[in-house]
Amino acid sequence: MQNLGINVLFEGTTLQRLFEGLMMTAGIAFLSIIIGSFLGVGMGLLRTSKSKVVQFICRFYLEVFRIIPILVWLFIVYFGVTNALDIHLDGEIVAVIVFSLWGAAEMGDIVRGALESLPKHQIESGKAIGLSFWGLYRYVLIPQAVRRMLPGAINLSTRMVKTTSLVVMIGVIDVVKVGQQIIERSVIKVPTASFWVYGLIFILYFIICYPLSTLSKKLEAKWEN
Amino acid sequence: MNKENHQVLLEIKDLHKEYDTRTVLDGIHLRVHKGEVIVVLGPSGCGKSTLLRCLNGLESIQGGDIQFNGESLVGSNVNWQKTRQKIGMVFQNYDLFPHMTVIENILLGPIKVQKREKKEVMEQATQLLERVGLSDRKDSYPRQLSGGQKQRIAIVRALCMNPEIMLFDEVTAALDPEMVREVLDVILGLAKQGMTMMIVTHEMGFAQAVADRILFIDEGKVCEMSEPKEFFTNPKTERAQQFLNIFQF
Ligand SMILES: Nc1ncnc2c1ncn2[C@@H]1O[C@H](COP(=O)(O)OP(=O)(O)OP(=O)(O)O)[C@@H](O)[C@H]1O
Ligand SMILES: [Mg+2]
Repeated sequence: MQNLGINVLFEGTTLQRLFEGLMMTAGIAFLSIIIGSFLGVGMGLLRTSKSKVVQFICRFYLEVFRIIPILVWLFIVYFGVTNALDIHLDGEIVAVIVFSLWGAAEMGDIVRGALESLPKHQIESGKAIGLSFWGLYRYVLIPQAVRRMLPGAINLSTRMVKTTSLVVMIGVIDVVKVGQQIIERSVIKVPTASFWVYGLIFILYFIICYPLSTLSKKLEAKWEN
Repeated sequence: MNKENHQVLLEIKDLHKEYDTRTVLDGIHLRVHKGEVIVVLGPSGCGKSTLLRCLNGLESIQGGDIQFNGESLVGSNVNWQKTRQKIGMVFQNYDLFPHMTVIENILLGPIKVQKREKKEVMEQATQLLERVGLSDRKDSYPRQLSGGQKQRIAIVRALCMNPEIMLFDEVTAALDPEMVREVLDVILGLAKQGMTMMIVTHEMGFAQAVADRILFIDEGKVCEMSEPKEFFTNPKTERAQQFLNIFQF
């Protein structure tokens, strides 16, 4: 009987392991996006500060994350920082730290762009009704900025989900790593294993990222009216 | 009616304002009495907007003094959040908050800044909306309104804070001609009710109708200050004559 390649997915604990790998990927991405977004809003506010020093530091922080590849950051923190401080951090933790800091830098840039794109009149008419600095941000600027930054933020989130595949390099077993293990084990028996396994992984990534873009479309439509 | 013996609400003494090294306001003196309507006229770029903006702290000043209800508005310890509740300002571009409905726009200041009861503010807002003929637009968003409607809402938003003086900076300049009237009528109504106002406008007929006094500014200086009838029929300075001639078509 001809061995159907797709069966490779249903042997033993294969599906369960892939699912666990997926949860690792999604977990790291999800946590990092949440933490990164909060830090990013703060970063964005700082970047609209009038202080040149604050501006420079924030800008420097962003550029450092843009210039140095994320993979290198993972190594720096996983091997370098833990070594220097003589502590042990699990790869998962390191991944969340690095992705959160990266998310904060990029999200900060998106928030800054959105805040700066708001007309200056909005600030003045907010001030004219006596709003405080925080009131102005809370009721007038941030709600409008959020609407403007949504496409960029969603785009960043899907980029973060995809970039989590780098975490294998610091020993985290994510969905891609699980897939490789399965392929290695079964490739002799099932030559098409890599097609099926990677095919499934493709669909799994789609399943994580698709809701994000649907969400953004929904919100955009809601704010449209 | 002569309001010169009313209490002085706002006093501007020798006001100087510079952008970088350019002097924009050069020693402005003005006393605004309670209930008085001052219309500020002058050629483009003479500093009319800047004057109004200095009065509610949107611009810093480089010299002189501004006193509101006897308290100085100069220096770093001025509580602008408190003062701005008393000095309402409406801008040329009816800057409503686009993400809020009409009523949310109006309630924001009274409820979040002044911490007033929602029910009481709601009643006042409803009355004000009725007065400007827009009580049916409460739940509309700004982009669903015409320019004239937006500007009337912006006036209501400022009025709902119960200000003691209102500043209007060319509030009809961005409007289609047929909408100018509806906004000016609202302001005329306010004048009748005794609201103290400083109005920058290019509508000369309106200026003459609404003003107690005309303040004519040229190159950052008070060039002329007179009753409207006198200013329009018999301007004292040549600059004012030239300015008025532009409108004689
Ligand atoms: N932020 C700014 N920086 C530098 N110069 C400014 C600034 N704002 C205004 N000015 C200058 O100050 C002068 C007065 O400006 P202002 O807006 O008060 O004039 P205006 O009388 O209101 O004119 P208009 O009738 O055109 O509105 C102008 O020459 C203008 O170029
Ligand atoms: Mg102006």
